Amino acid sequence: MLDRVVVVGAGVVGLSIARVLSALEGLEVVVVEKEADVGWGASKANTGIIHSGYDDDPVNYPNRARLAVKGNRLWTTWAEQLSIPVDWCGSLVLARSSEDRRVLKELLARGIRNGVPALRILDGEEVRLLEPMVSEDVAEALWSPTAGVLSPYEATAALAENCVENGVKILTETLVKGVRVKDGSVEGVETSRGFIGAGWVVNAAGLYADEIARMAGVSDYTITPRRGEYLVFDKDAGPKPSRILFPAPTPVSKGVVVETTVAGNLMIGPNAVDLPRDAKEETYTTKEGLAYVWREASKLVKKLPGKREVIRVFSGLRPQPSGGDFIVRVLEELEGFVEAAGMRSPGLAAAPAVALEILRLMRLNGLDHGFKKRWKAERRAGLRIMDLGWDMLEKNVSRNPSYGRVVCWCEGVTEGEVVDAIRRGAKTIDGVKFRTRAGMGRCQGAFCRLRIAAILARELGKPIWSVTVKGTGSELGVGDVKSLLEGEDVAD
Amino acid sequence: MRRIEVTCILCPVGCRLTVTEEDGEWKVEGYGCRRGLAYGLEEAQNPSRVLITVIPVDDGELPVVPVKTSKPIPKNLLLKASKALAGLRVKAPVRLGQVIARNLLDLDVNIVATRSIKARRDRVEADGQK
Amino acid sequence: MPTRRVDLLVVGGGPAGLAAAARASELGVRRVALVDERRWLGGILPQCIHPGFGLHRYGRDMTGCELAEKLIDRVSSLDVDVYTEAHTVRMGYESYLSKTAEVLTPRGAFRFRAKTVVYAAGARERTCFEAGIVGSRPAGVYTAGEVQEMMDVWGILPGREAVVAGSGDVGLIVARRLTLEGVKVKAVVELMPYPGGLLRNVVQCLEDYQIPLLLSHVVLAVEGSKRVESVLVAEVDENLRAREETVKRIPCDLLVIAVGLIPRVELLAGAGAVIDPKTGGPVVNEFLETSLPGVFAAGNALVINDLVEHAMEQGELAAESAYRFIEDGGFRSASWKRVRVGDGLRFVVPQLLAGFRDVKLYLRASSPSENARLLIPELGKSVRLRSVRPAEMITLTLKAEDVLKAERLTVKLV
Repeated sequence: MLDRVVVVGAGVVGLSIARVLSALEGLEVVVVEKEADVGWGASKANTGIIHSGYDDDPVNYPNRARLAVKGNRLWTTWAEQLSIPVDWCGSLVLARSSEDRRVLKELLARGIRNGVPALRILDGEEVRLLEPMVSEDVAEALWSPTAGVLSPYEATAALAENCVENGVKILTETLVKGVRVKDGSVEGVETSRGFIGAGWVVNAAGLYADEIARMAGVSDYTITPRRGEYLVFDKDAGPKPSRILFPAPTPVSKGVVVETTVAGNLMIGPNAVDLPRDAKEETYTTKEGLAYVWREASKLVKKLPGKREVIRVFSGLRPQPSGGDFIVRVLEELEGFVEAAGMRSPGLAAAPAVALEILRLMRLNGLDHGFKKRWKAERRAGLRIMDLGWDMLEKNVSRNPSYGRVVCWCEGVTEGEVVDAIRRGAKTIDGVKFRTRAGMGRCQGAFCRLRIAAILARELGKPIWSVTVKGTGSELGVGDVKSLLEGEDVAD
Repeated sequence: MRRIEVTCILCPVGCRLTVTEEDGEWKVEGYGCRRGLAYGLEEAQNPSRVLITVIPVDDGELPVVPVKTSKPIPKNLLLKASKALAGLRVKAPVRLGQVIARNLLDLDVNIVATRSIKARRDRVEADGQK
Repeated sequence: MPTRRVDLLVVGGGPAGLAAAARASELGVRRVALVDERRWLGGILPQCIHPGFGLHRYGRDMTGCELAEKLIDRVSSLDVDVYTEAHTVRMGYESYLSKTAEVLTPRGAFRFRAKTVVYAAGARERTCFEAGIVGSRPAGVYTAGEVQEMMDVWGILPGREAVVAGSGDVGLIVARRLTLEGVKVKAVVELMPYPGGLLRNVVQCLEDYQIPLLLSHVVLAVEGSKRVESVLVAEVDENLRAREETVKRIPCDLLVIAVGLIPRVELLAGAGAVIDPKTGGPVVNEFLETSLPGVFAAGNALVINDLVEHAMEQGELAAESAYRFIEDGGFRSASWKRVRVGDGLRFVVPQLLAGFRDVKLYLRASSPSENARLLIPELGKSVRLRSVRPAEMITLTLKAEDVLKAERLTVKLV
């Protein structure tokens, strides 16, 4: 068996698995990703919540229930090791009716059963002590202190950096077209960049996991794209909650959340609309969807800021598995094929636990590599100039003046930080954006996009018009400003 | 008789002018002031505009320099003129007012730079510039 | 962090800021510093390569970039400390004669302690999200100013087939510019039943190039995953709501967002200045002083202007006021009257008058009309305006003695 594992998909789950596997001696880990950067599927477009794990029914969805709780606990270590900022602010599930209150009791019971610590149902008065901005009709709430929020794209980038530091190869813009199977075991993957031989193929392909599975001859599940839309407010818009606010959940979803992101923006969303299976790229926002999110979010709090304070809307697709539960398994009849699929909510929370579970399953099925003597658990985050005190800031600027050259005025991101991001793997404008926050402010990049592009053009040695927003096909422009006129036959 | 409808652009009122020509005699109706009368005739007989565009710069701090024609050119030649300039390049430094090209389309009109572009520094600093 | 003590700090080196710094220096204000975020001065002017600037003031029809160099040369010849690539992180009001600004530059961070500030930080463009456009978020959706900068500063062709959302002047000018580089501008889509920009621009930018202007239409959504592939456009009813049955798809690879400008006042608001929701800029008195004593505002940060001359004269007035403030140690108390904005007008600037001097009011009409009357009933003032367009700022000068004699002031357009 080849000492190489190919992980299909560089989302938060795929990279968590790669991280864990990178600790093994003598095993080459290659992550293949069809997009131009890591984490551009479901991983970048979600609430960023590390759920505590009371939501998932252990009878119907045992993987979700088990791995969410375990993952939540593991994130406390992983986040620290990887320098991923997490706001462990806790969450409140708000009950506004007697039906809601009945649901809270169910969630509490389920949470206890799943092993979630510190859950408690609070009365209205206590709720308001924890969160003054909840709406008047909130009668009770399920308080879960172990829930937290992080920036999901920051987390994915951190995982990717740590993986690379530990020898993992991440191949972006590499599409898996086939899984080669011979005599009941995998031999590798056919990709848009050629064949990669491997003894193990880990399917962490998110929305496309069912298609990867089918390439390997596995067809016992399907993945449906479930769209969720979000609205993000300006940092100065408030009031902003200090806890994650949930409505009482329905069987379909946890409902529209009101939260403050780690960066300090009020964010509301998502709704949950199932799309046809061929709509896996339709991250559209819709008038109806956004209106629904607004309406539902308004029910949880006394007051949302004015619509004028919304700076961005976006949507993400969750990979909803046909059976509802995570598919975390090794198949008896197909040696070397491992699956971590259907990673809908609480996929982000469960990711570290999924990774360890995958390792355990692989061990049970022939992976006998020992651990490396030297493995870097820690990853140092890049500088964020605006978070430094003036003394540290001035030291950095005098050492490197590009840390004093602000290129994104809204978020205060400097050229030095942009260059760092490029050195850490950003090759696109969005890649820089997700690592530095440049372009995430009020003006949404109208002022800084071209400055960022100029830096990318310089660092990557390409013409500025060819710098892409999000990979091949999304170039900033179509050519030099004269390219249409020069290309034309002058015919008048 | 020829009849042309023109909207005067000299002031916000935007008088709608009707310019007619019969047997070589031109008449303008609808103007609110003398300037409008003159404009109406000019627009009907010989409408002209200043052409503005950019010209690629070699070795400059910026890749293009904005330019304009030294005087208005016939309106119907604007697109042709723009295409005619398409292959033109200029080497930095460029000074505001510098004549980049002469006698565009044989119209006795020059192409003049409207911004100064310095030559790019030889050393490309890691921080972009010092 | 080194402290720089100045008499006047000008925040923003566009036309308003440059005019302010030059005027202050010429008046004799001793220590004048000017900070700007960009690598070069001029604000938005260097990317305005079209003519139409400076006609009233200089008698010459200049391009924006030519005017910029003229203003920069004037400042360079004076004793003004200019800081470029200088990002103001925070502004603060310490006391009546001391305002602070923390500024980051590649050469280090500075704290300015200024007796007075002229805030001329300009405006930003409204985004596609603020325009309510939904759908996908591909490459190829740019604001009009961004398109200008792409083409005319960085030499990038933004697309081959464009739709422009909004018919304000910036959108019209960009539509023409794109056409001259060979881009097919398929439509300019305007929500209102009348164009947002000046008629002269509608003629010179759209009619001259047969670019269709779709009035009473709105861009609803963008389609395309990596790059814009098309936009959905619909007609709107009298309530500006889209008529679903009229939705049509326009294939294009570039959507230009030209739906208006918003004053950049975050630093001012952060320092505690009161903002007028009607203008989006600070409330100012006839000295152009904000609610922060000795902090003055000018240019697009004060109110969205359409003529650069207005931005410049605001800058100069702000500088004169700052000079007076420094010389006299502040302004004396007076009875300030709030100008009430009546029917037919969107705003009036300045918002507070006391009659210290003659004052130029800047007003904008809510909708177009012919033969309108601008009325100040308390002064018995009535001015006939032959042709009124929201795109064209109305100005009106009031004499100091008129302001003094009125108890209150209302301006309306009928």
